[in-house]
Amino acid sequence: MQALTNRAKLVERKPMNLLERLYLPAVFKGMTITFGHMFKKRPTINYPEKKRPFSPVFRGLHILNRDEEGRENCTACGLCAVACPAEAITMEAAERVPGEEQLYHEEKYAAKYEINMLRCIFCGLCEDACPKDAIYLSETFAPADYQRSQFVYKKEELLIPHPIHEPDAYKKALGNRVQRGKVNQ
Amino acid sequence: MLIAIDLAMILVKLVLIVIVVMASLLIAMYATYAERKVAAVLQDRRGPNRAGPFGILQPVADGIKLFFKEEIIPNLSSKFLFILGPSMAMLTAIMTSAIVPWGDTIHLFGRDISLQIADVNVGILYVFAVVSMGVYGIMIGSWASNNKYSLMGGLRAASQIISYELAMGITIISLLMVTGTLSLKEMVIQQQQGAWNVFYQPLGFLLFLICAFAECNRTPFDLSEAENELIGGYHTEYSSMKLGFYLFSEYINMFISSVIMSTLFFGGYDVLPFVDESAWGLSQNWMAIIGLAALMIKVVCFLFLFMWVRWTIPRFRYDQLMNLGWRILIPLALLNMLVTGLVVLLKMNHWHF
Repeated sequence: MQALTNRAKLVERKPMNLLERLYLPAVFKGMTITFGHMFKKRPTINYPEKKRPFSPVFRGLHILNRDEEGRENCTACGLCAVACPAEAITMEAAERVPGEEQLYHEEKYAAKYEINMLRCIFCGLCEDACPKDAIYLSETFAPADYQRSQFVYKKEELLIPHPIHEPDAYKKALGNRVQRGKVNQ
Repeated sequence: MLIAIDLAMILVKLVLIVIVVMASLLIAMYATYAERKVAAVLQDRRGPNRAGPFGILQPVADGIKLFFKEEIIPNLSSKFLFILGPSMAMLTAIMTSAIVPWGDTIHLFGRDISLQIADVNVGILYVFAVVSMGVYGIMIGSWASNNKYSLMGGLRAASQIISYELAMGITIISLLMVTGTLSLKEMVIQQQQGAWNVFYQPLGFLLFLICAFAECNRTPFDLSEAENELIGGYHTEYSSMKLGFYLFSEYINMFISSVIMSTLFFGGYDVLPFVDESAWGLSQNWMAIIGLAALMIKVVCFLFLFMWVRWTIPRFRYDQLMNLGWRILIPLALLNMLVTGLVVLLKMNHWHF
């Protein structure tokens, strides 16, 4: 039979000679290899103390964005829910009443907004679908939990911290990703 | 009274026993930690580093975990033997340390205290007797578990130890022909004055080392607990601290066999080969302490070797193990014995045939 590549090697199956049957040369060879590994750089990092940077295109947990004055951007149009291939997003709309102008950017807002993180595939289509710059995938991932129900994230968990009341937390939650989105618009 | 009982001597011996037992337990404890660290380093990992700084409390955490585990004794097991097994493994592991000369004599409270619990004149034979008893712990435990995998592990352990003890015994014979004494203390003194035995018996040392690996049931010879064939081997049915005893006795055995190898072949508490330490002009106590430290350094090197080999070499197949033991090690040991005997005879005859 003709070999397909020139890399094929014929395996020699001759009986071992005395030196090989002693195993010692092979043992010493192996030991030098493992000894060399003692001085190699270890790829592991000490995780909770040290974290690897996320890639700029990392898609993590969702955040519901606010504008500069801290008003919620979402108008509950439902485009994200329609775009979602995993059908993870549900919402209920409500009308803004006079006196709530400081809370909501437009006349309509999401009274209820839930994302099931067990269904979500973190594809980012909701982010693309949103016409109001309201939903983004941030640079964090969902923490572990004991109950499935805990993975249905409510509006309180999704909303970004207030930019005026909690500026530091807001900046942290914003990350680099939202700015990147703004550039795209 | 025919025998004058020296109460102070008994007290000193008791204190020594407590110190030696505690120290060997402590060293075995940290050998488990060292094993995990060495394994990690050899495999480019980090190893335990959560419990305490650098993970040095890891063995304590492991011990506490084992203590709080549920203790399960199988219904159809032979209960007495089931408990006897691990106890015996532990007992024999600790007993060996009784005759090891840990250091020279120190002078304290107006007495000369030898850092050796008992200078038995059949020293090395005692070690052999006790070490071979160690397999009883494994055999009894494995049989009492009433589990075929356990029993297979026990059988393997027994036949392996018998096979390798032969080669080890023959190696010791050639060593004894060189030293002419069985007492470990005597051997150390000879090595202090002359050269270390490893220079007279290099092949003997190599054979002894390989057999020591087999006696300790360490990888590449840990056929008796081959996880992928026998679940857990002889300790399949064990849980809680009884399992801890088995695992722990392995480390104590490792420590003791390192000590024995250092004593037999590397001069025990002799600091440097071919150097007359008495010329350094240090006091007796300092010399004893330096000697103890030298012994410990040798032991640590051996322990590292044990771990290094374990994390390098995969387990032997059973027929390979038996081939190595019976068809390679024993003939080599016999050859070594013959050559040694010839040379010793020639030397006694002042190199005339």
